[in-house]
Amino acid sequence: MPGAAREVRISMLQKTQDLERPVPKESMNAGTVPRGTFLGFLSPAVVTLAAIGIAPLAFAIWTSMRDYNLTRLQRTPFVGLENYATVLTDSVFWDAMGRTFTLLIIALPVQIAAGLGIALILHRPGLTFLKTIARLSLVIPMATTYAVVGLLGQIMFNLKYGVVNQLLGFIGITPVNWIGDPTNAFAAIVFWDVWQWTPFCALVFLAGLTTVPGEIEEAARLETKSWWTVLRYVQLPFLVPGLTAVLILRTADTLKQFDMVFTMTRGGPGSSTELISLLIQRIGFRAFDQGLASAQAMILLVITIVLSRLYIHFFYREV
Amino acid sequence: MREHTTSTPSLATQVVLLAAIILFCLFPFYWMVLTSLKTQIVALQTPPAWIFDVTFSNYYEVLFENAVARSLVNSLVVAVSTTFLAILLGTPAAYALARFEFRGKRELWFWFITNRMVSPIVLALPFFLIVRSFDMLDTHIVLILIYLTFNLPIVIWICTDQFRSIPREIDEAAILEGASQWRIFFSLCLPLAAPGIAVSAIFSFIFSWNELMYALVLTRNVAKTAPAVAVSFMEGYSLPYGKIMATSTLIVVPVIIFALIASKQLVRGLTMGAVK
Repeated sequence: MPGAAREVRISMLQKTQDLERPVPKESMNAGTVPRGTFLGFLSPAVVTLAAIGIAPLAFAIWTSMRDYNLTRLQRTPFVGLENYATVLTDSVFWDAMGRTFTLLIIALPVQIAAGLGIALILHRPGLTFLKTIARLSLVIPMATTYAVVGLLGQIMFNLKYGVVNQLLGFIGITPVNWIGDPTNAFAAIVFWDVWQWTPFCALVFLAGLTTVPGEIEEAARLETKSWWTVLRYVQLPFLVPGLTAVLILRTADTLKQFDMVFTMTRGGPGSSTELISLLIQRIGFRAFDQGLASAQAMILLVITIVLSRLYIHFFYREV
Repeated sequence: MREHTTSTPSLATQVVLLAAIILFCLFPFYWMVLTSLKTQIVALQTPPAWIFDVTFSNYYEVLFENAVARSLVNSLVVAVSTTFLAILLGTPAAYALARFEFRGKRELWFWFITNRMVSPIVLALPFFLIVRSFDMLDTHIVLILIYLTFNLPIVIWICTDQFRSIPREIDEAAILEGASQWRIFFSLCLPLAAPGIAVSAIFSFIFSWNELMYALVLTRNVAKTAPAVAVSFMEGYSLPYGKIMATSTLIVVPVIIFALIASKQLVRGLTMGAVK
């Protein structure tokens, strides 16, 4: 067999895709490599990730079709799609889903608006030293361990010993029962989500603002004195990629949200702060019903994949 | 100098706003450290004390009497090992994504992205059952492996960007010289990609160090990481505030140092390269 035949002519194999997306010319040469080399580079990561990220999912599907309770593992009868039927008609599941999206819908606009405000201030020239300090301070909330944020939440929002009620007292507000009251507990979660992720939005937008070519911004500022006009017509187009990333990642992170809420409220009082990941954790590890929890997890997975497909289809930059 | 008269808030307003931002970001951190220096009696004062006799006994107690010292070592072992593995497996894959054209690249890329989106609880359930049946609960290796599910994508993501920024001409010249792809990767591109690799290593480390849910589900005593131990303090009847905050401070300070080192690339890391 001639040596060339063993080479994968990848550009030929790509014919079907070429219709949608032409291969850039520059990649033609380097794109052709012996199959062995190519697999050698890619397969360790792909095989590992498949083994730890996909194989367990197959097992979860198997579990989800059984009556699989950790307290009676001798008998785990096959029940077909019964668990799925239970989840789909279960108001507890959809309430938790609703709470998760409520958190997103309340917190995200605050984070975006405040983040944009902070980015605009930091982008202005002058006060360099103070702005450097501010930019470094923004790193602190993002880096703080999520579980520690939850612990801090408990301690600072404590009814009797909490510093937040003390500070509120200075402006004449009577102590608020934050963690013990359903509505207030949810408000506390929103607060800490905003505290932790507004800096993230601010830094993303700041990065966007620095991509605006200096001459264009200068010229616009000579034309108008209104910051809104500059923002709307000059800076906004450069902010779109960042805004997109914020939307996608905040949605994903809210669906994943567990650590902070678990340490602060354990989903309580009642189920007032039980987000979707907390619900599944409770059913699987505190009610021991692995079958039902797996069905819930699979439905969550499907929702996540559909959402990210949609998002990516509409917004995301490709490889 | 340009003039911003009406469009710019006055200098005083700006200073006030900046001070507010800094205060908002730093106050919880300040309160955490402050509480960690309080005895239990001081911590339970109403209203909370701002000025008091500082004690370091909480740090001494959590480190030498509770399991916190060992859990910090566990966290370190797990985070360093998983980061090392992620770099080892991830950089060649990133190089392939940056340099080779192949069928299914789009799907592969989507799969990596999806890993970033999926809630860890989805994997925690089957992982727990599988690991339990192999009698491997409470071991480091299990955490090291499952943390790869978020570390590998982040390494691949950042390093693909990095490799792509290295001019192709370098590779092509080396091919003409007769170098193999592996040789080019190891001796040419890997050293040039060092900054991206460093950043992705820092992110891997931070994410692993901060992780709670898998640690909660998959460890009991021996391999328990620091966040899981910090949370377990909340289970007692009376909450040892000082100890909880001392443990928290010990967990958070190394991460903050790392994050400040990588602060210039923080946005890139957290958005997985979607924003420069």
